[in-house]
Amino acid sequence: MKNILKIDKIEKYYGSKSSLTKAIDNISFEVDEGEFVAIMGASGSGKTTLLNCISTIDKVTSGHIYVDGMDITKLKGNDLNKFRREKLGFIFQDFNLLDTLTAYENIALALSIQNKSYKEIEESIQDISAKLNISDVLAKYPYQMSGGQKQRVASARAIITKPSLVLADEPTGALDSKSAKMLLESFQYLNELMQTTILMVTHDSFSASYASRVIFIKDGKIFHEIRKGNASRKEFFDKIIDVVTLLGGDLNEVS
Amino acid sequence: MRFHKLSLKNIQKSFKDYAIYFFTLILGVAIFYVFNAIDSQTVLLNTQSYVYELIKMMTNMLSGVSVFVSVILGFLIIYASRFLIKRRHKEFGIYMLLGMSKRKISMILFFETLFIGILSLGVGLILGVVLSQFMSILVANMFEADMTSFTFIVSKSAIIKTLIYFGIMYFLVMIFNTISISKCKLIDLLHSEKKSEQVKLKNPILCTILFLIAVAMLSYAYYCVTIGAKDLYYAYEIFIPIGLGCLATFLIFFSLSGLLLRIFMSMKGLYYRGLNSFTLRQISSKVNTTVFSMTIICLMLFLTICVFSASLSLKNSLTQNLEELTPVDISISKRRNFDEKALEDGWSLEQIEDSKKTIPESFLEMDFDYQNYFEDIFEFNVYTFSDMTIANTLGSVYDEIVELYPFLSYDTAEEFVSLSDYNKLARMYGLDELSLRDNEYAIVADYDQWITIRNDGLKANTPLVLNGKSYYPNREECIYGFMDIASNHINIGFFVVPDEALNAADLYRSLMVANYKGITDVEKEHIEKVVHDLEDNSYALNSTLSVSTKLTIYAASVGLGAMVTFIGLYLGLIFLISSAAILALKELSESTDNKERFQMLRNLGADEKMINKALFYQILIFFLCPLLLACIHSVFGILFCNYILESMGTTQLLTSIFTTAGFLIFIYGGYFLITYYCSKNIIKER
Repeated sequence: MKNILKIDKIEKYYGSKSSLTKAIDNISFEVDEGEFVAIMGASGSGKTTLLNCISTIDKVTSGHIYVDGMDITKLKGNDLNKFRREKLGFIFQDFNLLDTLTAYENIALALSIQNKSYKEIEESIQDISAKLNISDVLAKYPYQMSGGQKQRVASARAIITKPSLVLADEPTGALDSKSAKMLLESFQYLNELMQTTILMVTHDSFSASYASRVIFIKDGKIFHEIRKGNASRKEFFDKIIDVVTLLGGDLNEVS
Repeated sequence: MRFHKLSLKNIQKSFKDYAIYFFTLILGVAIFYVFNAIDSQTVLLNTQSYVYELIKMMTNMLSGVSVFVSVILGFLIIYASRFLIKRRHKEFGIYMLLGMSKRKISMILFFETLFIGILSLGVGLILGVVLSQFMSILVANMFEADMTSFTFIVSKSAIIKTLIYFGIMYFLVMIFNTISISKCKLIDLLHSEKKSEQVKLKNPILCTILFLIAVAMLSYAYYCVTIGAKDLYYAYEIFIPIGLGCLATFLIFFSLSGLLLRIFMSMKGLYYRGLNSFTLRQISSKVNTTVFSMTIICLMLFLTICVFSASLSLKNSLTQNLEELTPVDISISKRRNFDEKALEDGWSLEQIEDSKKTIPESFLEMDFDYQNYFEDIFEFNVYTFSDMTIANTLGSVYDEIVELYPFLSYDTAEEFVSLSDYNKLARMYGLDELSLRDNEYAIVADYDQWITIRNDGLKANTPLVLNGKSYYPNREECIYGFMDIASNHINIGFFVVPDEALNAADLYRSLMVANYKGITDVEKEHIEKVVHDLEDNSYALNSTLSVSTKLTIYAASVGLGAMVTFIGLYLGLIFLISSAAILALKELSESTDNKERFQMLRNLGADEKMINKALFYQILIFFLCPLLLACIHSVFGILFCNYILESMGTTQLLTSIFTTAGFLIFIYGGYFLITYYCSKNIIKER
């Protein structure tokens, strides 16, 4: 299977020499095409920093990150924007939809930035909105939609460009449990049927149980890694809970 | 003490965002000082005494205008500070959460206003003092005075005036701030930033209807001030098109923002290209939320353009024709041969008695030996016929003319000059000499409107019956010329006829034109003074003499020209910086929201180039919207001004429009560029 993301011994330090914080301390792992990987860790464990480094929003102190074989730590300026535009899709906890645009226009923006024709845009949006069940909210503005709808619109925007990698930062963080479930099922659907590669950061075991692999991070290091394999989602969830207990109770709490 | 420190820190922190506001305040103070310091600036000018009188009159006018200007600036400052407070609601919310009382927050704001006030006044005054040195050069230039010595002048009275006026403005701002803080609720303060924008697309049908109504209103208003301008009898009638124009401007901004967006949205190929959809939405939401300010800004820009170009063209027309219209140093006109009926018209018995005397005879009564002072003297008589009024001389076209120009008076007696006298005068004035056949007449005029009217009569070959003999037009149009020296083209026309036609005419007035016996300006001024002193002569008070001199005409024209230029500059500058500042502030204060939005675009992978382009167009269109409508308004406004100013002489519209455009591009464009670069800086990726 093709290797989409390769993280090679990256480190990220904050602060000065006198008070150095190692947000990421020598992490390496790989993600294959069509994988759905969840990264779990408590607040402050470095998982968001990791995601920011992969998405080129932040820069690593040392090490390399390869996406589709390209070393993105070497990119600069407009090459960075080009990389984000063509290779990445983003889904954020707070949706990050533009409040002045309708759902349709929000999704369209991702394509129009790539100078796609209107015909292409129209077709892609009809297609993706049917799959994500948002056809009836396309004309609405973000303030008129529920959180779940907003997040699905954001997901549609993230994958409509057919990116190599979709990065999701706590996508269920601002959703109620029902909407969260719906969203995660959508993720699963996109992953299984469209072969979308997803890297999701979460501290919620339930969300993580939808992934095919879960990487646990503690204090900037990889603590553990489990694969779903042929297990059911329920069994995988139990396995995750076991590791979380091992990590020290609820991930939300500082142990 | 800590409040002072907090205030100071706040100012430092937000200085970058508010730099443009601060800059506008400084400019406002400086302009205010410069125009109020003119009288002190010019005290040392080496010039004639009448210039001081004119400058004094001008400064009186300017100080009147200053009151109006300070009202405008006051509104700007209050608007701006309310605006800035709104942007800082979150900050105040946190202060209150930490237990600070509203009174203390008001105190912080009070100190902030105080610091900003002191700073802007200080810097503004320094700038003003420097600029006013250039102003004295400009004034000297305008009055054609010598700047024998350059002295650095600081006007104490102007400084005090500036301090008082701006002090009052800042004081009002403090009161407004206190009121607005005391009305705030903590929950609103804390959540004011989180309120996401509620986009409401207006009903397209309603928008279309409103737009059509607005266009109809505007068309009618435009019609009123151009083609229909002749039908405006009373001054108050002009308020109808003005009122309609203001209302229509509001409606256009109200309806157009939604309408244009709809139109663009239907052009899907264009709308979904690059960041177009984002940019258009940004502009539309901004225009939507600022319809009222947009209207005010548009109207202020309109006023700026009109005031600038009208005052400049008036100044040009006032001074440009002087050389040509005053070919001699002095012209003396004297009403002649009053009969007893003149008593009823308000003339005194002494004047009636004096009217029997010629001009030299009257001078003799005053012991004025005019031949000692004048040279190139030419004296001639102007005649009337009791049955020759304008109505009669227009002949068959009279009815048409009355219908076209109903407000002119047509029962004035026409003036007649003999051919030989006119040719002598023309030779002196450098005008074309005439030759007429025995049965011909010609009309000499230089007032455009009257030339048009009289040409109609001439084309109809209207005969004049003088003393039983018929005379016909020598040519189909008026001949350019005049007999009294004046500052403008105000000769509505007089008749030149063969000498014998005036044998039985009534003597109406005598005219003497002459040059002063003197070569240097000093000598001429000396004679001018002698002539002026004649006015106090007890005989002159009871005579029918009326004197115009080249020097007084020059002084009056130059003075009036300078006055309108200064008032135009003053108002234009203030209007311009006020409207540009409001736009710039609105744009910059939203840069925090924009920052997040542009970051989102970056995450989606938009190029820096794309983002800068989107930002550029967003600000450009926001700035252009009110300007564009203002320009359309101005076309008609200037046409109307031109219509009014026509009587002042030929107007040099094109030059003044170019000058105005230059000013506009420099100041408005400058504000635009500063706004763009500041915004770009704010949305830049960390």
